[in-house]
Amino acid sequence: MIAYLIRRILNAIPILIGVNLLTFALFFVVNTPDDMARMQLGIKRVTPEAIEKWKAQRGYDKPLFVNGAASGTEKISDTIFWQKSASMFVFDFGYSDDGRSISREIATRMGPSLAIALPTFIIGLFVYVSFALLMTLFRATALDIAGVALCVLLMSISGLFYIIGGQFLVSKLWHLVPISGYDGGMNGFKFVVLPILIGVVGGVGSSSRWYRTIFLEEIGKDYVRTARAKGLSELRVLFTHVLKNAMIPILTGVVVVIPLLFMGSLLTESFFGIPGLGSYTIDAINAQDFSVVRAMVFLGSVLYIAGLILTDISYTVVDPRVRLQ
Amino acid sequence: MSFMPMILWSDALVFLLLAAGMATMWHVRRHEHLLLPWRRVARSSTAMVSLLVLSCFLVVGLLDTLHYRVALPQQNNGETVYAPEVLSVFDKLVEPLRTHTEKTYSAPFALTLYAKESTTDAQGNVVRDFPRLQYGGAHLKDPSQQSEDVVRRGGLGALAGLLLGVLFVGFVMVLRTRKLKGAAPQSPPVREEAATPHLHGGGRQSLPLVQNLTAKYGALIITFLTLATFIGAITNLATAYHVLGTDKVGQDVLYLSLKSIRTGLIIGTVTTLVTLPLALFLGVAAGYFRGWVDDVIQYIYTVLSSIPSVLLIAAAVLMMQITIDQHADWFETSAERADLRLVALCLILGMTSWTGLCRLLRGETLKLREMEYIQAAQSFGVSSMRIITRHIMPNVMHIILIALVMDFSALVLAEAVLSYVGVGVDPSTISFGTMINAARLEMGREPMVWWALAAAFAFMLVLVLAANLFADAVRDAFDPRLSRSEA
Repeated sequence: MIAYLIRRILNAIPILIGVNLLTFALFFVVNTPDDMARMQLGIKRVTPEAIEKWKAQRGYDKPLFVNGAASGTEKISDTIFWQKSASMFVFDFGYSDDGRSISREIATRMGPSLAIALPTFIIGLFVYVSFALLMTLFRATALDIAGVALCVLLMSISGLFYIIGGQFLVSKLWHLVPISGYDGGMNGFKFVVLPILIGVVGGVGSSSRWYRTIFLEEIGKDYVRTARAKGLSELRVLFTHVLKNAMIPILTGVVVVIPLLFMGSLLTESFFGIPGLGSYTIDAINAQDFSVVRAMVFLGSVLYIAGLILTDISYTVVDPRVRLQ
Repeated sequence: MSFMPMILWSDALVFLLLAAGMATMWHVRRHEHLLLPWRRVARSSTAMVSLLVLSCFLVVGLLDTLHYRVALPQQNNGETVYAPEVLSVFDKLVEPLRTHTEKTYSAPFALTLYAKESTTDAQGNVVRDFPRLQYGGAHLKDPSQQSEDVVRRGGLGALAGLLLGVLFVGFVMVLRTRKLKGAAPQSPPVREEAATPHLHGGGRQSLPLVQNLTAKYGALIITFLTLATFIGAITNLATAYHVLGTDKVGQDVLYLSLKSIRTGLIIGTVTTLVTLPLALFLGVAAGYFRGWVDDVIQYIYTVLSSIPSVLLIAAAVLMMQITIDQHADWFETSAERADLRLVALCLILGMTSWTGLCRLLRGETLKLREMEYIQAAQSFGVSSMRIITRHIMPNVMHIILIALVMDFSALVLAEAVLSYVGVGVDPSTISFGTMINAARLEMGREPMVWWALAAAFAFMLVLVLAANLFADAVRDAFDPRLSRSEA
């Protein structure tokens, strides 16, 4: 197990290097730092001096890969690639365009993101699985068909509609909770209720339908017939046998997103004014702050790979037959 | 007035897709085994109804794809000068909708603007009142006649639409009955007969053919007539009113919604032009050759899929924006620039979304290459290239088709989200995303400006719902894992 984990983590390194090279190529080779400077300072009427100053302030005035002017190890380390990309491997993300430390921003903004994402994830999982089990219980009846129809309808609605509609109905019409904002501690409760609710409702369609497919696949298997032959009630068959055996396909889709919960949700956070990582990313995209976008891309892929490793570990927990080696 | 046809990049890609679609259709029609799953699709009335709705969208989208530029009256030393504005055949068809712009917001069917304005009346007094619209309901002298007029116009339009619909359905039925009657005495089976043997088997002689057709296509006919009635009513109303209101700069929301269809369809379909070859080529190659080829391809798609897709898209779009902004000289008109941005967005969406399909295809190829018939081909010395094209590709086609129809609705929805994030289509391109984005800011106004949002969401819902239902039917018909009695 330990050996397996170490191997998986070592395997992640080339992938992260790939991600790093890809974003580096996207941000610095396709468009040179000069282009970025001109973009930031306004396309027209910009003097070469201003561009040089902009680049020097942000450390973009170095060669891309190899610094011929420097000596020794500085040949490699005194370059944009080394300073902007390689340093990410030790989670040193540098500074954003407004001069703040990106690492510190990330650390402080993780909390609000999690305050929304974690409850949404847990409540959502519970609701979706229950709804799917209910549809499976009443499979091939009018209730099941109505449930599937509802799912297809719900998944055809744009995610933006859930947010805008929810904000309008709950906050503006009924005045139950504030439209947007955030506060730490218990005071924050009234701010996070609506985003969580909307997050759960928005996922009902696709998720429940997916779980239903998984359950239906399991229910046709031999062990279910055996369980029924033993005289177990349909409810018991569903909850103790089908649910347990459907764990592997469920975990495959679910565990991988757990680490990504840290990243928050772009849409929800920006609509509800939650100072989390999602709104941080959106602001960076709108302000064209490339250091922040690159940092978030890197963080996202680290978390994704962590999710993949977690998924493998979770298999061993629910299915003793799985051995990691 | 002369005009110059114009083929934008996205138009060319749409025509390419259309040609490819036609060629596939022609190929499928000539091969009974390929036609079989499509017959299963055709037998599902949900699928046919969704297809009907989708084809309405498709017609609007295609008409909107035939672009041209009008020649200006003045000439530049004998050379014709063309207007910078790029129009489409669809724009020409709905010209009143496009040109009847008001000053600012107005509600659906409204006679007056949304906001009060100061005007001077005949006596020279300044009056603050809702000014009448320039076009919407301008034919009415007395505002109190409005509801009566709306009902009358709507009813007349609906009646005309229904009548035309009934005529069309009757015409098609007569043609069909003739064809079936003519074919019935002879023994070679007609295609439609093969499609539903159980319906024709015993009942053909006893049931009258018309009744038979109605039973088969009942849902389809009802949907068609409903659509015809609805479109008739809307068309008649749209000539006199702004049926869905107007937006901030006074443009008709119905026109904007209809124009958005093309953008949505392009995002949903042109993207597959990128996804398909990449996923097919790389996935099959990885699965078939294994070894280092597999390692390299797996590495590439793991890297791509490990980046959260929104972020990767955002990063790529930001870079594309810089490139486009710096090369303003590449584009003759602003429409060309916006269009290239749309195509680039499709390209980027395609580059980030092929990994899932690629993984599926790799897995399937790994399984297929161990099959006896492939091993037999290998031992006969058939080249790898030929084995892949002759034996593997036809056997993974169902996966590709299912993935493509499933992706379509996701892409249409993604466009709106991306436009909101600021990495979507060009702000000057009319799309559901830009419509929602513009309307979102007006939610806080009192009374609320709801019509633009509602229209964008409603159009999107119908499009995506139809696409989802159709995709489900296609999956049910093509997925070999689903047990089927007659297959």
